[in-house]
Formats: sequence, C-alpha cells, structure tokens
Amino acid sequence: MLYRESGQFKTTYAADQQLFPIRQDRYAFFALLAVSFVAIPLLASDYWLTAILIPFLVFALATLGLNILTGYAGQLSLGTAAFMAVGAVAAYNFQLRIPGIPILLSFVLGGLTASLVGALFGLPSLRIKGFYLAVATLAAQFFIPWLLVKISWFSNNSASGVITAQPIEILGYAFDSPMRKYLLVLAIVALMALAAKNMARSSIGRAWMAVRDMDVAAEVIGIRITHTKLVAFAVSSFYCGMAGALYAFAYLGSVEPDGFNLDLSFRILFMVIIGGVGSILGSFLGAAFITLLPILLEVLLTSGAAALNLNLQPGVTSMAQLVVFGGLIIFFLIVEPRGLARLWQILKEKLRLWPFPH
Amino acid sequence: MQFFFEVLIGGLLAGVMYSLVALGFVLIYKASGVFNFAQGAMVFFAALTFVGLQEKTGLPFWVVIALTLAVMVLLGVLIERIVLRPLVNQPQIALFMATIGLAFFIEGLAQLIWGTEVRRLDLGLQDEPIGVLMDRFGILVSKFDLTAALVAGLLVAVLAVFFNKTRIGRALRAVADDHQAALAVGIPLKQIWAIVWSVAGFVALVAGLLWGARNGVQVSLTFVALKALPVLILGGFESILGAIVGGLLIGAGEKLAEIYLPPLASDFLLRHFDVSVNLAGIEGWFAYMLALVFLLIRPEGLFGEKHIDRV
Repeated sequence: MLYRESGQFKTTYAADQQLFPIRQDRYAFFALLAVSFVAIPLLASDYWLTAILIPFLVFALATLGLNILTGYAGQLSLGTAAFMAVGAVAAYNFQLRIPGIPILLSFVLGGLTASLVGALFGLPSLRIKGFYLAVATLAAQFFIPWLLVKISWFSNNSASGVITAQPIEILGYAFDSPMRKYLLVLAIVALMALAAKNMARSSIGRAWMAVRDMDVAAEVIGIRITHTKLVAFAVSSFYCGMAGALYAFAYLGSVEPDGFNLDLSFRILFMVIIGGVGSILGSFLGAAFITLLPILLEVLLTSGAAALNLNLQPGVTSMAQLVVFGGLIIFFLIVEPRGLARLWQILKEKLRLWPFPH
Repeated sequence: MQFFFEVLIGGLLAGVMYSLVALGFVLIYKASGVFNFAQGAMVFFAALTFVGLQEKTGLPFWVVIALTLAVMVLLGVLIERIVLRPLVNQPQIALFMATIGLAFFIEGLAQLIWGTEVRRLDLGLQDEPIGVLMDRFGILVSKFDLTAALVAGLLVAVLAVFFNKTRIGRALRAVADDHQAALAVGIPLKQIWAIVWSVAGFVALVAGLLWGARNGVQVSLTFVALKALPVLILGGFESILGAIVGGLLIGAGEKLAEIYLPPLASDFLLRHFDVSVNLAGIEGWFAYMLALVFLLIRPEGLFGEKHIDRV
C-alpha cells in the first residue's frame, strides 16, 4: 500500500538509471543518511560511537572491499586483514615521514599502497581459482604481518611493530572526539560505498560478474581477464587498505600488525557471506550483524546464566561465539546463500503487494 | 654437515606429520570434490575428545581410542548428513566456505565441551634421541618423531590397500572419477560419502594424537593443520602420494629455511643496505610462500591431475 511504484513514470534515461528508481526507496535512503549524519551524532553516547558504530563502519568498508573481490569478481581471499594492515601502516608512514601531508591524502596513499600489494598477491589468480587462490592469499595473510613486525622501520622502531596513529586534523579542525571521528568515518564510508555501487553497475562491475560466473565465456565475449581480475584485486585492496587506516586512526588509535590476523580475515569473510555475496547493502548488513552478534550473545549468556544460577566459565562466551558464527555460516549457505541482503529484497517484494496476496 | 642432516631429518619427520593431516584433505577431496577446510578443526576435536575422555573416564588407552573413533565417525556422518547433503550441486566455493564455518563450529564446540585450557597428551613415547644414531653418527633423531613417521607410513600403506584392493575402495575411486556414472552403476553415493568422512575422521584422530602428544592439545593445532594446505598445493589435491611427498618437501624446506635463510638475508641486508634486521620466524609463512610460487609455475601440483576448463 505504502511501498509501490505505480504512477511513477520515467521520462528520461537519467531517471531510469538512477540508484534508487523507486521514490520511496529514495526517501528512505535520504532519511537514513539524515539519521546517520545528524540524529546519531546528537543522540548516541560515546560508548555507542566508539565501541559499536565506528567499528561497524570500518568493518563495513573492509567488507565492501572483500565483497568486490569475492562477491562481484568471484575470487576468494583469506588475506583481507593483511591488506588492512598494509593500509594502516602505510598511512602511518606517509603521515610520519612526509611533513605537512594532509591526513586524508595519507589515507588515500595508504589505500593505494594496499592496492599495489593486493594486485601483487592477486597475480596467481590469473592462473588459479577457488580454494587454490585461498591458499595463495593465505600466504599474504601470514607473510605481511610478519614483515611489518620484523622490519622495524615500518613502525618507526617501536617494540613488536606497534604503530600509534597520529591525531587526525583536517584544515586545522581536529577530529578528536568520538562524534567527530564518527562523522569523518561515516563520510568516507558513504562516499566509498557510493563509488562501489556505481562501479558495480558500470562496465567494470559487469566485467567482474562475467568473470565470476564463467571466466572462459567472459574471455570469449572479449573481456580482458587479466585486467579485470587485477583491477578487482586492486580496488578491493584499496577499500581494505582504507578500512585498515581508519581502523588504526579512528577506531583503535594504536595497533600492532599481529592484530590483523587470520581471525580478522575470517570475520570479514563471514560478514560478506551473512550479509550477502555480491551486494553493497549486504556488506553493511553483514558488518552490522557480526559486530552486534557478540554483544548480543554476551548479554544473552550472562543473563541466562544469572537466571539459571549457573557459574559461567571464562571463555564460554567466546567459544559460544565460534559455534554460533560457524553454525550461522552453514545455515546461511544452505538456506539463503545470498544472505541478509536477499532477505531484505524478498521483504520488499512482499511489501509491494501488501496487504493483498497477489 | 652433521647439523645439516639433523635439521633435514627433523624437518622430514615434521613433514610426515603434515602429510598425515594432508591425507585427510586428500581423502575427502578425492571422493567428494569438497575441499574440507575443517580437517584441522577435526584434528583438534579428535585430540581434545581423546584427552577429555581419558581424564573423565579413566578407561584404558585402547578403549578410549575406540570411543574417540566412534565419536569421530559419528561426527563425520553428521557432517555429511547436515552440511554436505543440502549443499550438493552448489559451486565449490560455497562448499569451501561452508567448511570454514564448520571449522569454527567444531573448534568452538570442542572447547565448549572440554574446556579451553592446554592439555598434555601422553602416548607413552619419549621425545629423546635414538642412542644408536647418536653414538654412531652423532645425529640427533627423536624417537617420538621416528615413531610418528612409522605410524604415518603404516597409515598410508593401509589406506593404499583400502583404496586399491577392497570393494569400498573401488567404489570410492569410482565416485571420485565421476559422481553420476558411479550413481548409474549403482554405487550408493551417500553411503560412500559417510564412509569417506569417517575415514577422514580416523586420519584426523591419528594426526591429532601425534600432534597433541608433541605440542600439547591446544587451539594452535588448527594452525598446524593449516600447513596442510601448502602441502596439498605442492603435492596436488588428488594424490595420496602427493600429500606424502609434499609434506616431506614442506617440512624439510621449512626447517632448513628457518635455520639457513635468515642469517644469509640479514647479512646481505647489512652489507649492502646497512640495515640490521632480525628475520627469524620465517617458518610461519615459508610454506605458504613456497606454495604461492609453486602455484604460479605448476598450479596442479607435482602429482595432481591437470585441470582443463571446457565451456
């Protein structure tokens, strides 16, 4: 009744090709933007901003990166965290070693460095695919943090490679409070999500999907496989590198390379699978789900244990988290391989007809 | 030179242990085309269940082994029933990701049941050098490692006989070659898969016992098991022989590289670039990088079947 597109006629190509062709979607999207840019900074507490919203946005960005590579281009990567580490450390070094460099430029250069490294580790993808490639990216996952720890130049000779991010200052305006950091991260993530959405529906995105669905056939219709795959790796790693830089600068403040471990990579892969493989919206849904799930579990388990008068063993929550994550992954792959994004889509289809059955 | 041989032999013996884990991968891959990322978690689960049962029940060694084996078989059958059967005909990558989920699930489950602390696993084997070799050649070879290698060798022999000489083995190879043709001649696919997963569970148990006795039963076992992946890349996914040779190559290469490469590289860097770095710990990634380079040159591995794409 409320959500239907009858009566909305498109008279220009531009109107037909816009991101949200349905008016209600457009309004909802602007409302969402207004909420996240205005209402949340005004209402949310510092705890919510620093512990939930900023990490959510950072992970959403990394998930976007992996989704471009895995969801759109079909190349599985288990080295996401390593590319994040490259972005973080590179941004730190640009900021440290080039005096007076704008911090946003450092972030971008960090992302570009990550995309170079990503393309390098993507080279094997030209010959192999599937889980062979997963093993190749595992090499990045184990090699890069080791290198960043061992070569102390990267961390300006600090112990065990810990980097302490410089304060963020743009045009003399210091982004030091949680609210300001949140706004900065939100702005970057929103812009990059927009770019990703547009890439996905432009020629390069179509090329990615063609390669994903059948690479031989894609080659036959004239898509340059080498170029397409390497661009996917580079773009994906750029997103991951930016996410890593934000992870270090806006979220944690100081990070060590060993923090970017295989577990983090898996976490981001889970966000992709649960959110929706090959969906921009899904990246956000998955990131939100996986960020909130541990908190929810913690609350449920502690209150459940208190209600039953049980003594909760230490570590039970994190183990239960593993079980729930693993179970959910299997569940989603079997029941809804396209994740939460697909559920959202189904809901919208239903909503168009509601309250009528047909 | 003596030292070199010591490192080499130590590496080869460690490599045998990698092969043991890799075997589990190969078995499942051969029979069902599933790349089972959860094999490492199964190794951990088996070792932890064994230790846990031993502590809880205090039953004799062989009884506990039998019980653990029963648990592993049950686990294998359940995995086949709950995870794999609904995913038939899905793309391989989805199956792979499902086994990643499975790995997390099993890892968490094992620790929920048996607790998170590091356990000792005692097989009654001493980790001490063999006297004869020590006196005669001055080479240190651990008794434990040698026994482990013998067990692995025995296991491979048994599996080879099982695959080549028995009825079930023939059925397994038929399924591996072509699912549909196997079904057409009346081979019960589901039953075969359950058997394969059970055998993989058995291999995981053996690997878990040996690794657990060596390093203690802890989560890091799953990381050791990850090393089986480069082993497979080197050896080829379809080949049992490949798993063995790959394991030996990786084990020996890794140990030799750890001993000899960092000093060389540090020396080189110091001399030419005047930077001093300590590069120890390349064991952590050497195997993966080796696999990466290998993938660029020969993606199908040493003994794997060449993969040809048809539209």
